Amino acid sequence: MGMEQIAEKYFRPGRLPHIWCPGCGNGIITGAIARAVDQLGLDQNEVAMISGIGCSSRSSGYLDFNTANTLHGRALPIASGVKMANPALKVIVASGDGDCTAIGGNHLIHAARRNIDLTLVVYNNSIYGMTGGQYSPMTPKGSKATTAPYMTIEPSFNLLELARAAGATFVARATTYHVPQMVDAIAKGIRHKGFAIVECVSACPINFGRQNKAGAPAKMMEWQRDHAVMVAAWEKMPAEKKAEAQAAGKFPIGVLYETDAVQEYTEAYDGVIERARR
Amino acid sequence: MTHNFRFSGTGGQGLITAGIILAEAAILDGKEAVQSQSYGPEARGGSSKAEVIVSDETIYFGRVTCPDVLLVMSQEAADKYSGDTNEHSIIVTDTLFVKDVPGRCGERVDLPITHAAVEACGKTLFANIVAVGAITALTGCVSDEAIEKAVLARVPKGTEEANKKALQTGIALVKNR
Amino acid sequence: MSRTLLLQGNQAVVEGAVAAGVRFYGGYPITPSTEIAEQLALRLPQVGGKFMQTEDEIAGLGTAIGASMAGLKSMTATSGPGFSLKQEMLGLACIAEIPVVIVDVQRVGPATGQPTSPAQGEVMMSRWGTHGDHWVIVVSPSSVPESFELTIRAVNLSEKYRVPVIMLMDEVIGHMREKIVLPDDYQGIEAASRKTPSCKPEEYLAYAADKEDLVPAMAPFGSGYRWHVTGLVHDETGFPKGTPAGTVESLNRLHDKIYNHLDDIVTFENYRMDDAEFAVIAFGGAARSAYAAVNLARQEGLKVGLFRPITIWPFPEKQVQEIAGRINGILVHELNYGQYVLEVGRVVAGACPVSLYGKYDNESATPQELLAEIKKAMKK
Repeated sequence: MGMEQIAEKYFRPGRLPHIWCPGCGNGIITGAIARAVDQLGLDQNEVAMISGIGCSSRSSGYLDFNTANTLHGRALPIASGVKMANPALKVIVASGDGDCTAIGGNHLIHAARRNIDLTLVVYNNSIYGMTGGQYSPMTPKGSKATTAPYMTIEPSFNLLELARAAGATFVARATTYHVPQMVDAIAKGIRHKGFAIVECVSACPINFGRQNKAGAPAKMMEWQRDHAVMVAAWEKMPAEKKAEAQAAGKFPIGVLYETDAVQEYTEAYDGVIERARR
Repeated sequence: MTHNFRFSGTGGQGLITAGIILAEAAILDGKEAVQSQSYGPEARGGSSKAEVIVSDETIYFGRVTCPDVLLVMSQEAADKYSGDTNEHSIIVTDTLFVKDVPGRCGERVDLPITHAAVEACGKTLFANIVAVGAITALTGCVSDEAIEKAVLARVPKGTEEANKKALQTGIALVKNR
Repeated sequence: MSRTLLLQGNQAVVEGAVAAGVRFYGGYPITPSTEIAEQLALRLPQVGGKFMQTEDEIAGLGTAIGASMAGLKSMTATSGPGFSLKQEMLGLACIAEIPVVIVDVQRVGPATGQPTSPAQGEVMMSRWGTHGDHWVIVVSPSSVPESFELTIRAVNLSEKYRVPVIMLMDEVIGHMREKIVLPDDYQGIEAASRKTPSCKPEEYLAYAADKEDLVPAMAPFGSGYRWHVTGLVHDETGFPKGTPAGTVESLNRLHDKIYNHLDDIVTFENYRMDDAEFAVIAFGGAARSAYAAVNLARQEGLKVGLFRPITIWPFPEKQVQEIAGRINGILVHELNYGQYVLEVGRVVAGACPVSLYGKYDNESATPQELLAEIKKAMKK
C-alpha cells in the first residue's frame, strides 16, 4: 500500500496537518507504525495505541485505532491495564525519550520485567521538544540544551541495554533514515509475544539541532545514515573495530535481541485464574 | 448487657486471634460484637492489645474506654494498659509473667495460663486459647458451644484436638479456683 | 441464603467490590489499606478478575484507568501518601470521564505521619486534590456493613456518571472487625454499568452527552468503536477545540452531570434528629463516637441528634441548611484540625452557631470526650 492509501486508511480524517515542526522525524515514525500494522494485516479495531505526553505522544491522536493520549510518563501503566483487561488487543505504546526514560523510567523497567505483551515505540529525538529544548536522559553528554547552556554533564542511558537488563524479550533499533527497517522492526515487535521495545532514532532540528549546530534536517538524517550499522555487520565486527565504531558514536540497528523463553504476563495471569478456581 | 474486653500482652502471644475468636463466638450466639486491635511495630514484639465488645444491643463506639475484663499476659502490658480500669473491672493475670497490676479492679484473678497450656498441650502457643476458655468461664458472655465452634474455625488444621483441650483447660482453671 | 461473618472494614470493601462486578484492581501496598490488596489478590482471580501489584501508587491507578477503558469495572486502594501520588491520574479520570473507584483509608499525616493511627485529614484533598477545576463524588462509610454497601454504591455511581468515585475511609473503619451479613451469592446485587453506544461505529462521538443526564456513552476499547482518550480539554469529538467557549462548555458539563443529580448522589443519615435542638455533624469513623455521645446526651435529657453525611462530596448543602434553620447550634466532629467545618460554616452562613471538635492526637474521641465538647458548644 502506498503512503496515500496508508494515510487514508489509518490516519483519522480531519486531524492533519500534524503539529510537528518542519524536518521533525515524528511523522516518519508514526507512518512506520501505520505501515507495520498494515503489513501485519491487523484489524484497526484490535489495535490500541497509548501514548504519554510530549511531541511524540501526539501521534496517538492522528491514528485511527483505539487511542489514548494520557499523562507524562504514564503510558505504560495505562497500556498495561488495557492489555490486562483485553489481552486480544495489540497494544502499541508511543513515548518520547523524556517521557519513557525520565518521568516514566520506573514504569519502563517494570513493564519490561513483567514481560507484558506491549510494543513500546520510543521516539528518541534526544531532547524535550514540546517544552522547547531541555535535555533528557537520552541527550548525548556534552550537548547544549536550554537547561544546559554550558553543555550537559550527565551521561545518557543506553536505553536498549537498560530494557534488556530489566527483562524485555524483544529489543530493536531503527532510525528515521532507515524506514523499511523501522517498519520491519515495529512489525516484528508487534508480532512478538512479550514486552517489545523499538528505539526509533529521530531528529529534532529545531530544539536539538539548532542549539547543537547539527545543521538542516537532511544533514541530521545523513548523520543517522553515517552512524547506524546494520546489526548483521555490527555483530561481525571484531571487538577492536566495534570499540572504535562505538567511540565514533556508531550504533547497531535492527533486531538486537529476541527470546521466547519467558512466559508473557497476561498468559501467566491466566494460570493464576486457573489456580484460584481449582 | 454489654461486656468490654481488653486482651493485652506481648506480640506473638496470639491475643488478637483470641479477640477474634471471642467476637466470632458472640456472633454465633446471635449477639453483636466489635473487635479492634493495636497495629504496626507495636504488634510485633513489644506490647500488643486486642479489644472486644460483646453486646445484645447495637455497638456504636468500637473501642474500650473502661474494660469489664482486662487480661494481662505480660508485666509491660499490665503497666501500659490498666490505666482506665475501675472498681468493677475484673483483671485476669498470667502468673508466669505478671506480678503487679497498677490499675484499679473489683476482682483480680491470677491464673497459671501459660503454665497450664504447656502442661496440657505441650506448647506455650496454646496459652491464648487457655485464656479464652478462662474468660468465657469467668463471664459467661458466650455459650460453650459457640466458643468451641469459634476456636475450631480459626485454628490450623490438625491442631483441633489440642485446641479443644486448651479451651477446656482454661475453663477448668476458673472453675477449680 | 446469607452468611453472618466477622469482617474488617477493608475486607467488606473487597466483598463489595466483587459483588459490584469489579474485575480489575491495580495497586501498591500501603498501611492501613493493605488488606484490600491482599484480599483482592485472592478473590479476583476466583471470579475471573485480575489483580496487579504495580511498581508504584501512580501505576496502581493508571492500570485501573487502562482496564476501565477496555471495559472492566476497576478500582484501586491506598492511604494518605499514596493518595497524594495518585492525584494527577485522578484528574485524568475526571477529564477523560473514565469510571474508576479509589479507596483511601486515611491515616495520620502529612508524609509518613502515623501509618497505623486513624485520622480524617484528606477531607479537603479528596474534594480538591488534583489540579484544575474538577468534580468528584466522595463517600465515607461508618461501619463494616456500610463499607460493603458503599463500595457497591461507589462502583455504581462511578459507572453511571463516568466519574472517579473516592471511598474515603479511615483506619477506625478499615481495621475494625464487626458483624456483617452477606448474601451467599451476589447475583441479586444491583450493579450499574456504564452505558454503551447504540449508534453505528462511524457515527460515534465519544464525548457527545445525552441531554437528560449529560453523560456520554462509553465504548470499551476493542468493541469496534474507535475513539480517542485525552487529558486535554476536548469537545464532543474527544479532540481539543482550543476555544474559550469550548472549554467553558466542557467544564460546565463535567460539573452539571454531577450537580444536576444531587438527589440521586447525596445520601446521609439523620440519627435522633426529629426533635433535636442541637446537632453533631460527623462522618466515617468519627461518627461512631458521635452516635454514642448523642445517646449519652439524651440520657441526660439533652436534645441532641447526629447528622451523618454518607456522601461527603458533593456537600449535602440543602440538608444542612434545613437543619441549621431549626436548631440552636451545630458541632462538627472530625479527626483533623478542622476541614469539613469550613464547608459547614459556609453553608450554614450564620443561621446558627457552628463549633468544631477537631481531634488530631492519633485516637478516636471517646463518647465522654465528645459529650463534654457538645455541652461546651451548647452553651455558646
